[in-house]
Amino acid sequence: MKTLLASVGAVGILAAALAVPATPAAAQGKTLTLCWAAWDPANALVELSKDFTAQSGIEMKFEFVPWPNFADRMLNELNSKGQLCDLLIGDSQWLGGSAENGHYVKLNEFFEAENISMDDFLPATVYAYSTWPKGQPEYWALPAMGDALGWTYRKDWFENPEIAAEFKEKHGRDLAPPKTWDELKEIAEFFQGREIDGKTVYGAAIFTERGSEGITMGVTASLYSHGFAYDDPAGSYKMDGVVNSADAVAGLEAYKALFDCCTPPGYTNSYMQEGLDAFKSGQVAMQMNWFAFFPGLYKDEQVGGDKIGFFVNPGQKVEASTLGGQGISVVSYSQNRDEALQYIKWFATADVQKKWWSLGGYSCHRAVLEDPGFADTAPFAANFLNAMGNVKDFWQEPAYADLLLAMQKRTHDYIVAGQGTAQEALDALVADWTETFEEEGKM
Amino acid sequence: MAAGISTAHSVVEPSPLVRRIAGAVVILYALITIVPLIWIGLTSLKSPPDSISYPPKILFEPTLEGYCNLFTTRSRQTAEYLQGLPAASGRCEEIARQRSMVVVGASNFVPRFWNSVIIAFGSTFCAVTLGTLAAYGFSRFKVPLKDDLLFFILSTRMMPPIAVAIPIFLMYRELGLSDTKLGMILLYTSVNVSLAVWLLKGFIDEIPREYEEAAMIDGYSRLQAFVKVVLPQATTGIAATAIFCLIFAWNEYAFAVLLTSGTAQTAPPFIPIIIGEGGQDWPAVAAATTLFLIPIVAFTILLRKHLLRGITFGAVRK
Amino acid sequence: MNDTSTVRRLATRAAEATPPPVVARVGGLGDRAIAWLFIAPTIVLLLAINIFPLIWTIYLSFTNFRANRPNAAVEWLGTRWYTSILTDPDIWAAMQVTARFVVATIVIQTVLGFLLAVLIDKKFRGHGFWTTLILLPMMLSPAVVGNFWTFLFQPQIGLFNYAVSFVTGLPPSSFQMLGDVSLAPWAIAIVDTWMWTPYVMLICLAGLRSIPDYIYEAAEVDRASKWRQFWSITLPMALPFIMLAVLFRGIENFKMFDMVNLLTGGGPGSTTEVASISLKREAFEKWRTGYSSAFAIILFVTVFGLANIYVKALNRVKQR
Repeated sequence: MKTLLASVGAVGILAAALAVPATPAAAQGKTLTLCWAAWDPANALVELSKDFTAQSGIEMKFEFVPWPNFADRMLNELNSKGQLCDLLIGDSQWLGGSAENGHYVKLNEFFEAENISMDDFLPATVYAYSTWPKGQPEYWALPAMGDALGWTYRKDWFENPEIAAEFKEKHGRDLAPPKTWDELKEIAEFFQGREIDGKTVYGAAIFTERGSEGITMGVTASLYSHGFAYDDPAGSYKMDGVVNSADAVAGLEAYKALFDCCTPPGYTNSYMQEGLDAFKSGQVAMQMNWFAFFPGLYKDEQVGGDKIGFFVNPGQKVEASTLGGQGISVVSYSQNRDEALQYIKWFATADVQKKWWSLGGYSCHRAVLEDPGFADTAPFAANFLNAMGNVKDFWQEPAYADLLLAMQKRTHDYIVAGQGTAQEALDALVADWTETFEEEGKM
Repeated sequence: MAAGISTAHSVVEPSPLVRRIAGAVVILYALITIVPLIWIGLTSLKSPPDSISYPPKILFEPTLEGYCNLFTTRSRQTAEYLQGLPAASGRCEEIARQRSMVVVGASNFVPRFWNSVIIAFGSTFCAVTLGTLAAYGFSRFKVPLKDDLLFFILSTRMMPPIAVAIPIFLMYRELGLSDTKLGMILLYTSVNVSLAVWLLKGFIDEIPREYEEAAMIDGYSRLQAFVKVVLPQATTGIAATAIFCLIFAWNEYAFAVLLTSGTAQTAPPFIPIIIGEGGQDWPAVAAATTLFLIPIVAFTILLRKHLLRGITFGAVRK
Repeated sequence: MNDTSTVRRLATRAAEATPPPVVARVGGLGDRAIAWLFIAPTIVLLLAINIFPLIWTIYLSFTNFRANRPNAAVEWLGTRWYTSILTDPDIWAAMQVTARFVVATIVIQTVLGFLLAVLIDKKFRGHGFWTTLILLPMMLSPAVVGNFWTFLFQPQIGLFNYAVSFVTGLPPSSFQMLGDVSLAPWAIAIVDTWMWTPYVMLICLAGLRSIPDYIYEAAEVDRASKWRQFWSITLPMALPFIMLAVLFRGIENFKMFDMVNLLTGGGPGSTTEVASISLKREAFEKWRTGYSSAFAIILFVTVFGLANIYVKALNRVKQR
């Protein structure tokens, strides 16, 4: 049995031999690590950051985590005072907690010293991605990536004369991007199960993911349009009769109806990537997703270009879109604070912001967005401005994770698992949220 | 193990027919069992479109794309840009070009795999060292409250890992051990040491005390007897125990996913989040899975005879 | 040292080669000291990384501490979390999911594992090779392999759905193992069974092989049928082994986290939310450290209590 011992050693040495040459050589000079989600815009940022390295001599390293794991991983990292990330492009909802617990460096003094003005950025993005308490001039991040939830559709299918004629005959109106959730469902139902190019296609890819934030982000797109509010009046934490109002119930039921009638098979735990897969593989007529992906989709070889169209989240009672997007922050536990601030300074310049947009990142800089030619720079640019004009965000409270997880559970239980009614789900949600705010001492 | 114990039932032999039927059923079960494993290997050699084709492809043109995607990061480029580039320099670059992409650097897989190696071997070494000493202590000496101590050592394995992770998270945060290899080595050592003590106590119990006593009569001290007589006799047991510890540390997921984020992250929490352009890159995931499983498959085959003992904490010895 | 006889010199040299007994006795440590020297490091390590944290957890479980609010004041809440957990229907739902999962997998795996052991014990040709193949899954990482099973379970493109449709004729996209409320628990049970049946099999096999032949020979003499022999010899004598396998599987599956987290993450809805998943959400997503500490203690006491009761029963069976 000496062989056993010998082989343990041998495998160890072998593994070491395999792994050693590949461990990165000690970086020359300083290296900054930037953490973000793994998605299209992150690749654009890698490209953009090459300019920073060329200019400053500071190497950039990246840690990109897929969205379903991003919040868990990064909040864990912050809460454990980890030093992995020097710069973090964190979600808007994390601001409250990260500011109050000192995870992020407060940027006010730095902005003043470096003449970086928040007035150069779109007010809605500064409000959402930078400030805590909300709307106060206390800045914890620089708006980095504007984003909202929008929709893509198969323009080639919508414009196909046969399909369009059949739709018109059936519904008495032209087949065009929907203006309301009712129309959205009608179109989705029309496409569901249809044979196109010899393949069965489905109505719409929507968010149903359970683990992180997926289904909440999808459901709120419907809720906001149906007139949903978190508390009324805002800031009062009065939720009973608001969160579970008749409007909210209608919004939740509309989402469930869409899920039940018009999603591809197996679509029970889907978020951005699954939506992209479904759309790119030609399975669905419409897809709910973040604007962040639209540049990539437009460039797609299979479904991009002339075949793809974009529309903002349809209204029902009101026009509203779910907010996405992030600001870039310096992590307090970083050992490279000065270099990290240097990066932010570089990133805030108008030229870099223009290049950022051209590479596929959504700049929040007014020099980019308020350029008269902006709407023509991409087929979704006008929609983006439109959506950003009426965005709503989830709670940004320090207890946002409790609030989010409760909503994930209640909505997934109702929509996907089919338990109870919409009213019951929202009533339970009010109870959960009330408990959280009571624990917080806010009610 | 299975082949090893063939002395029983020499008289009560099953009839050839019974044997054949039993063999057929077991072989069928074994074949079904290894289909998923074979599928992992096959998927790692498929191109991404082949991997998600319907119906699933059994015959396909093998490609190294999955392995390339596992080890590199790539970015999509326009046709004009690609045409301006010099000819592709390596196999992976060539494959990337075919998909209108260029290789921009190494992926994080190798560092994560390397973390797995360091943490697994480091913690195994510590656990086996501590475990051998403690097992010898428990085996040879009258220790007060021996049974209670032994049971206490075992009971540490009954906590759900998530429950253990809560205070460890806080403790490591205070000590600066979060996301460090040292922290993970310490933690895995503490988990594995209970297994090591129980297994090795069994092995050492089997070494006759007379050997040491004889050595001590010859003038060896207790320590020398331990080093020169007991340890060589226990080599097999130590090796088998080491492999069990190694496998645990190699496979561990819950602690790794909760307590590491990058610097010390091991392969198990990393492999499930390998994504490509638009969704999970299944060939790359399969490639990572294959590379990750091969050492374990090899160890399992080596360990056949001791498996039973390892998985029952030494409760069943044959 | 003035004795110069050859014998003496040789003896001296020999004594130098092997350590001199007198020096060893004096310089060596006493048995008692060695015992503690050997055992202490392990105990210290376990105290530092298991017991101290456990005590800390117990303390935290009586407070409102949250790991993501290090600056907030910590209040003593007494047993509030314990009462709120034990009266929370969601927690009870998670416990029921766990219990159903543990019972279902144990029953399936025990029956299957025992049958396999009986068959392998027939020692057909090449049984060693095939047994090793069967054993492979249990040594693999449940996380890494579980992750791959999500691919096998995909409607349409997944091998599992395809195989089922091949056998039953159902269209492969007509059912979703991971997305369907009624199928998702079974999807997890299938993967768990695939991984852990060999474990039960191996222990049962040891049990079967521990039965001495003469008992069967005696039964043959008494003209007891094979069926009768199975019920009155094989099963009772293998029972302690089966019970041991059930114990280990029970503890492991009660703690189950990796595979469920990767296969369903507790979904769809909360249908596969086992206790460990709930605990992870409370502790590492909501960061309700005090609350989740109380939950952790309750879980620990449950496993510990059940395991102890079970071990008593096991010992009684063994003594029979």
